[in-house]
Parts: sequence; C-alpha cells; structure tokens
Amino acid sequence: MTSLNFSRWIHGWIAFVFFGLSLPAMAQQLAPAQSEIVFVSKQMGVPVEGRFQKFSAKIAFNPSKPDQANIAFTVDMTSATLGVKETDAELPKAEWFNTAKFAQATFQSTSVKALGAGKFEVAGKLSIKGATQTVLVPVTLTQAGANTTAVGAFALKRLAFKIGDNEWSDTSMVADDVQVKFKFALTGVAKL
Amino acid sequence: MESADTPETSRYTLPAIVLHWLLGLALLGMFGIGLYMTDLPISPLRLKLYNWHKWAGITVLTLSLLRLVWRLTHRPPALPDALVHTMPAWQRVAHHATHHALYALFFIVPLVGWAYSSAAGFPIVVFGVWPLPDFVPVDKALAELIKPWHEISAMAMMALVVLHVAAAIQHQWLHKHRLIQRMLPGTH
Repeated sequence: MTSLNFSRWIHGWIAFVFFGLSLPAMAQQLAPAQSEIVFVSKQMGVPVEGRFQKFSAKIAFNPSKPDQANIAFTVDMTSATLGVKETDAELPKAEWFNTAKFAQATFQSTSVKALGAGKFEVAGKLSIKGATQTVLVPVTLTQAGANTTAVGAFALKRLAFKIGDNEWSDTSMVADDVQVKFKFALTGVAKL
Repeated sequence: MESADTPETSRYTLPAIVLHWLLGLALLGMFGIGLYMTDLPISPLRLKLYNWHKWAGITVLTLSLLRLVWRLTHRPPALPDALVHTMPAWQRVAHHATHHALYALFFIVPLVGWAYSSAAGFPIVVFGVWPLPDFVPVDKALAELIKPWHEISAMAMMALVVLHVAAAIQHQWLHKHRLIQRMLPGTH
C-alpha cells in the first residue's frame, strides 16, 4: 500500500466514522425563524400572550424508533416578550424569570411514545429558574416534502417554578396555570 | 297615596333619580381611579385597579344605556315657570347642549376605553368571567392612536360635570330655584 493509498483509505474511514456517528444525532434540525414558543397566562381572567424569541434544540428523532429519541431544548429566558415595553422590563426581574441567575430554561426528553397518526407523547424534564418538573407533552407531526412541523401544547404551574414570586404569587391575580404552545419547523425527520 | 306637595311632574322618576346619583358617583370614582392608576408602577395593585376600572366602565356603559332608554321613554319634569321666564336664551342653549354632550360622553368615554384595551391586546373579561368581543383589531399602533382619546374624552366629561354641578349650585342657592329637589326622591 502506497502512502497515497493509505491516506485515501484513512480519510475514507474518517469520513465514514464521522458521517456514520454524527448523522443520527445531527440529522434533525430546527429552523428557529419558522418556529415559535408561546406562553399564555391569565391575569384576572384576561389571557395574556407572550413568546420566547430565542431558543435552540438538539434533536435525534426517528418516528419509527421513538424509544431511541433524544430531544433537548434550550430557551433563552432573556428573549421573553409580552409585546409591551413596560411589562417586558419586568420579566427579567428576580420575582419573574430572574434571568441574571437563570438565563436559560431547558427541556430534556426522558421517553417518547408513538400514539399513531403522527401523534407522540414526549415525557421529559423541564427546568426553569432552578426548578425541575416532569412534563408530558403531546406532539403532533405533519410532513410536507422534506419539512416536518411539530405542534403541541401543555400546561405548567408557574408557582412550581417560582415564576411570579412574593407579591405576585396570588393566583386570583395571575393564574397558576400557564399554557405553553409551540410550533417547531424541522428538517431531516424520516417519513412517518 | 301621592301627597299633594310632591306632584308627579315636579321631579324625575325614581329610576332616573337613582341612575343619576349612582352614575354620577361612579363617574367621579372612575375618574379618580383612572388618574391614580396610570401613574402606578407595575404591581398587583396596578393590575387590580386597571381591571376594576374596566369592569366598572362596562357596568357604567350598560347602566348608561339603560338610563338613555329610560330618558327617551320618560319625559323629565318641565323647568319651573319662574326659571323659564328669567333664563336668558344662551343659558337655555347651554343647558340643553351640556346634557346632550354629557349623554354622548357617557358612551364615548367607556367605548374608547374598551377600544384601547382591545387594540392593546388586553381583551376585557368582565369580573374575570365574561370575555367581551374586540370591536377593533389588536394593533399596537392603533392602540397608541386611541390611548389619548380616552383621557381627553374623560377630561371633557369631567369639565361638563363641573359645569353641571356649578350650575345646579348656582340655581339652588344663588337664585333659590331649588332645582336639586327635582333630582331627589320624594319626602314629606
């Protein structure tokens, strides 16, 4: 074997190993610009909608092998907005998201179950503001060409994460239940 | 039996009297709370006052509608002859104009407030239970456009209320026309 041949051979192997190992983990990509994470809280009965403008995901997911899925999200808590300057100035404060100390919220899946017809149930650990809760998230996938859209919603209890602490903990003012709704635009997901 | 010294025509009907004083007090309270709450920093108190203000505003709007219907179907008592004969023409015009403008503002002020709340993306949920429809779209630019007019129309209404009260006091104590009795329930 000449040194040139050896070099080709080793490059081939390197490419194979990288391709082979990295493909399952890197194949599913999130397109943040086409995705959204919305939260709806109720203030004295009035639904108030907010959203996170920056988040990222690491997704290894094959619809036919849900038990091998690994879904992780990171949300930039400083990117939260209610669309009103005055209230946006409140969100980073200690009694709300305390972004100085907890800049990120994370979700890490623990199990994914296929329910049929593009529906899945994702169980995982949601960590916000230093507290971690187990959540069950129903997700519905639809596919068009190479694009997959994942939509779903779940409720969380804000006080379990101390969101709206102290004077804001009165749930007759701001309800404990917060609806989280999301739409994720994904590429690289295998056919359902 | 009606007593002879309180003839039916000399005073407003009881529902008109009740609505007059109830809404008069409510409007004064709303105006005070409105001025106070807008200067508060974001706090549970501010949130509470804003929502109470909106709930009360919708209540005032509803009662004003009732009052308008009552007013249109129940002729108010005629002004005393002594007053009619001494009143200059401009005062007669001002008297009618003030009442018409007040009635218009009873609707304009709350409706503009409702429109602002809707446009700003905070639909009104009366008493935290009944969601009201938005009659304007959710639009921040529109909300900014509407915002000053709730205050301006409320200020105009309060200016007319001051004029109304000043005129009533003037007639009552300066000219001894005793018009306020027309707006008080009958007593012996």
